[in-house]
Amino acid sequence: MHNHILSIILFTPLVGALLLIFVPKEKKDAIRWIANIFALAGLLVSIPLVPWFWAQRFESGFMFMEGTPNNWIPSIGAGYVLGIDGISFLLIMLTTLLGWISILSSWTAIENRVKEYYIWFLVLQTGMLGVFMALDFFLFFVFWEAMLVPMYLLIGIWGGPRKLYAAIKFFLYTLLGSVLMLLSVLFLYFYNFHQTGQYTFSIQALYKTAPLIFHDPAYGSTFAILLFLAFFLAFAIKVPMFPFHTWLPDAHVEAPTAGSVILAGVLLKMGTYGFVRFALPFFPDVVMHPKVRGWMIFLSIVGIIYGALVSLMQKDMKKLVAYSSVSHLGFCTLGIFALNAAGLSGSVLQQINHGISTGALFLIVGILYERRHTREISEYGGISNIMPVYATITMIMFLSSMGLPLLNGFVGEFTILQGTFMENWKWAAWAVPGVILAAAYLLWLYQRVFFGTVTNPKNEKLHDLTPRELLTFAPLVIIAFWIGLYPKPFFQILEQPVNQIVYTVRGKDYPGVQAVNASIRPRDEAGNAAAVQTALNQAALNQAKGTK
Amino acid sequence: MAQNFGRVDYLMALPIILLTLFALGILLLDLMLPAHWKKINALTALAGILFSAAGVVKIQLALNAAGVPGESAFLNSMVVDRFTIYFWYLFLAGAAISILMSVRYLEIEHENHGEFYALLLFSVVGMMCMAAGFDVVLIFIGLELMAISTYVLVGFLRTDRRSNEAALKYLLLGAFSSGIFAYGLSLFYGLTGSTSLLGIRSGLVRLAAAHPYHTDPIAVVALLTTATGLFFKIAAMPFHQWLPDAYEGAPTSVTGFMSVAVKAAAWAMLLRIFLWGLYPLRTVYVALLIFISILTMTGANLAALTQSNLKRLLAYSSIAHVGYMLLGLVALASVAYPAPAFFDGLKGILLYLLVYTFMNLGAFGVIASLRQRNVIGDEMDDIAGLYFRAPTEAVLMLIFLLSLAGIPPLAGFYGKYFIFLSLIESGHYVLASLAVLYAVFGLYYYMRIANQIFMREALDKTPLPISVGMRLALGVSAFATVYIGIFPEQFIRIVNWSLGIAQTPSVASLVR
Repeated sequence: MHNHILSIILFTPLVGALLLIFVPKEKKDAIRWIANIFALAGLLVSIPLVPWFWAQRFESGFMFMEGTPNNWIPSIGAGYVLGIDGISFLLIMLTTLLGWISILSSWTAIENRVKEYYIWFLVLQTGMLGVFMALDFFLFFVFWEAMLVPMYLLIGIWGGPRKLYAAIKFFLYTLLGSVLMLLSVLFLYFYNFHQTGQYTFSIQALYKTAPLIFHDPAYGSTFAILLFLAFFLAFAIKVPMFPFHTWLPDAHVEAPTAGSVILAGVLLKMGTYGFVRFALPFFPDVVMHPKVRGWMIFLSIVGIIYGALVSLMQKDMKKLVAYSSVSHLGFCTLGIFALNAAGLSGSVLQQINHGISTGALFLIVGILYERRHTREISEYGGISNIMPVYATITMIMFLSSMGLPLLNGFVGEFTILQGTFMENWKWAAWAVPGVILAAAYLLWLYQRVFFGTVTNPKNEKLHDLTPRELLTFAPLVIIAFWIGLYPKPFFQILEQPVNQIVYTVRGKDYPGVQAVNASIRPRDEAGNAAAVQTALNQAALNQAKGTK
Repeated sequence: MAQNFGRVDYLMALPIILLTLFALGILLLDLMLPAHWKKINALTALAGILFSAAGVVKIQLALNAAGVPGESAFLNSMVVDRFTIYFWYLFLAGAAISILMSVRYLEIEHENHGEFYALLLFSVVGMMCMAAGFDVVLIFIGLELMAISTYVLVGFLRTDRRSNEAALKYLLLGAFSSGIFAYGLSLFYGLTGSTSLLGIRSGLVRLAAAHPYHTDPIAVVALLTTATGLFFKIAAMPFHQWLPDAYEGAPTSVTGFMSVAVKAAAWAMLLRIFLWGLYPLRTVYVALLIFISILTMTGANLAALTQSNLKRLLAYSSIAHVGYMLLGLVALASVAYPAPAFFDGLKGILLYLLVYTFMNLGAFGVIASLRQRNVIGDEMDDIAGLYFRAPTEAVLMLIFLLSLAGIPPLAGFYGKYFIFLSLIESGHYVLASLAVLYAVFGLYYYMRIANQIFMREALDKTPLPISVGMRLALGVSAFATVYIGIFPEQFIRIVNWSLGIAQTPSVASLVR
């Protein structure tokens, strides 16, 4: 079980999808039950991972490894190799949780073509999990591309009025980025063959040879930058970073609620995950190149401000939430390209936070939409009088999303800003208005929708949350408070992988790398480093509480 | 030099002879069959293919027993090596699936004549000669046998104007291109004094040694005319005009057959001539190939974007695929022989042809099954809402389309993979980037079809009847597309095996 836990988590949803093929499509309730059972099973099988991972959280390298390099297609050099570190562990837990929540939330929202819907959703779930688990680039690429198909169908079949346009735009945009990434990685693969005489897509092998290109006189730094840009394009489109974000509002607005939850909660994280897992360790000298880094930071800051400003202007709730994602993900990439421990761990934590809060925001919008079939803000007003429980949960999630202390968003954003500040205070200064604007657009939205008297007679008969809907929110609220009040376990989980990346990118001459350096040594020496890191986070927290 | 042909000669020709006999047998048998028993013809044709395949197996066993990678026959005019055997299997598989798709289609068209199957088998005979030919005369005879049979097959719907028009266009342009091709070959004969590919090759090497600083202009003219003929046959731009018309007008099952088997045969011939006979001229033709491949990818992808007829759309997409395969040829011809790009480029082309056989036949099969009593079934509107009429076919079509677009883990990805890899290995980064960008174009027009299938309501809501033969054909194609996609290892090994001989462009060791 220990050895195959990742495969079990990966294929549980797929088994459910295969089973559903044999259920006649008229039996809608049976289909819903089966899909929900498998989605819940997908979450339950991932639960044992928590204590197992926790026990070895300070160990370096990938854990729960499965498969050996090149075992899948030996003549290409591709292997079915799975493995996780702290970063992928958190994202996997997020995926299984949000997967279950979105499938549960679709119970009444999806009425036609129910069978297909759940089949594609479960297939999507497997695809996303595979992206976070694969330790072989070929396998990663297969999941990365294959996952587009179910998402395309989910948007295209169950989407809103402009669904065809949105679906194909989503598909083309993401493919455009990833094909160039394929070329880039083919070069790394070929280069690895040159260096070692072995054809392999194993990520751990490529980690060793890819950074050498920058210093190789045969290719040089410009060539390495071009290779990085191919990766950048793929991941920046997925994140999405400004100016590659235009597919996102379309896809989000047209997608069904559960699709939006998964899209915002998990799919966007594949882009940031790609940066952390591939772009940084493959091209450490490129990302430290002042020009490249300057552009990355610039685009992140533009994304933060631009996304927030556009959110302010929206008349459609879902579009507002969609653009707020652009802003929040700007923080995540800002943290990544701060390229220090605080920035990176803040970024990963903020990715989780964004999955929790924005996932919840889409559910919130979906609940109103399901009852009234409109998302126009002007159609609502005074909803808190009619749906008090709903209004309370919405308030919590809004506050979490805007980064109020005691809730999860604050911890992530604060750590990111702290990391950025350590690099260059001006970067942090430019990013801070994003936090204020977030409060503005969210609170203004809340005021318009929930406060005041009920002006629209159509809203008078709305019923409050059903127990099923409440159940979908419960875990999200709990986790939002947990991360907000006691983020230490999360930082501990992230410590090893983040330090490793910082060490790869920064090398020996980075102040404080002593501690980082020690921590990737065997375990007995690691305790010291862990203490330093935890102290750092604790300091951040204390400071945070002070400013409250 | 009068010679007696020995046992080996006839053994090497066994699959060709068997297939010819069956084709003739169908012509005779057809006369005796009552109208409602015409299905027997299809079964006979399938039996012929099985026997022919058994003949290939027998050759393989004999070659293994003798421990040689290949054997030449009939005064070296024919070589049966692994490369040949690979293509023979490919042709037979393509023909078998096409026959399965044709049975019901011909019944609906009221054109259920035995000649159809006989001509199909004859054209396969021609293809086998093309793949095995090592002498330009045999290659040319094979080409003409294949082409003439296909002209008739394209015009098989005698009462249909489109079919007649297509056949005439195809005939005229095909004959024209054959003429140019023959002209080029005759120039090579004049230059080198030989019709054997090996003779041409050594003649060219001699010429190059005599004039080390420039290529003989006659040789360049000969290369250009030969290449023009070959590009006509594989339908590379700007010699592609016949293809969309022929594909649109032909009976859909014939279109499927043409798009895979006929195309694979043209490629086998092209590879034989370029890599064996004309290899000394490779520096000249690489530049030409780069130009042609860019033109083909650009033109075909742009043209496919605006098509509203499914068969025309897939026709342009098949031209675009030729563009990708040409890139493989560019990569392999632009590096010195034992470099990795050489093998990967060739692997890419061969694997591409293999997976293309299944995915494209599958796609045309689905279109063929749209043909009803009063619906031609090749317009976008005809496939709208296919999901509601025939869900299984709709999902299979999605698989074929995604595979054509090169989405992993489906078979179509691996052909592109090796071609891109060979381009990277040979340093053609710009070409590789262009190719992947056109792959995105490709996805767009394939997904236009998928949009119609899944996201629109059907105009005609009645369930679509699918014949047993068609089910079998689609099932085999889809299974192969998915299976090769998930477990490609064996198939890559098969391609490697078939390249056992291609690894040495000089086949001197092989020819007795």
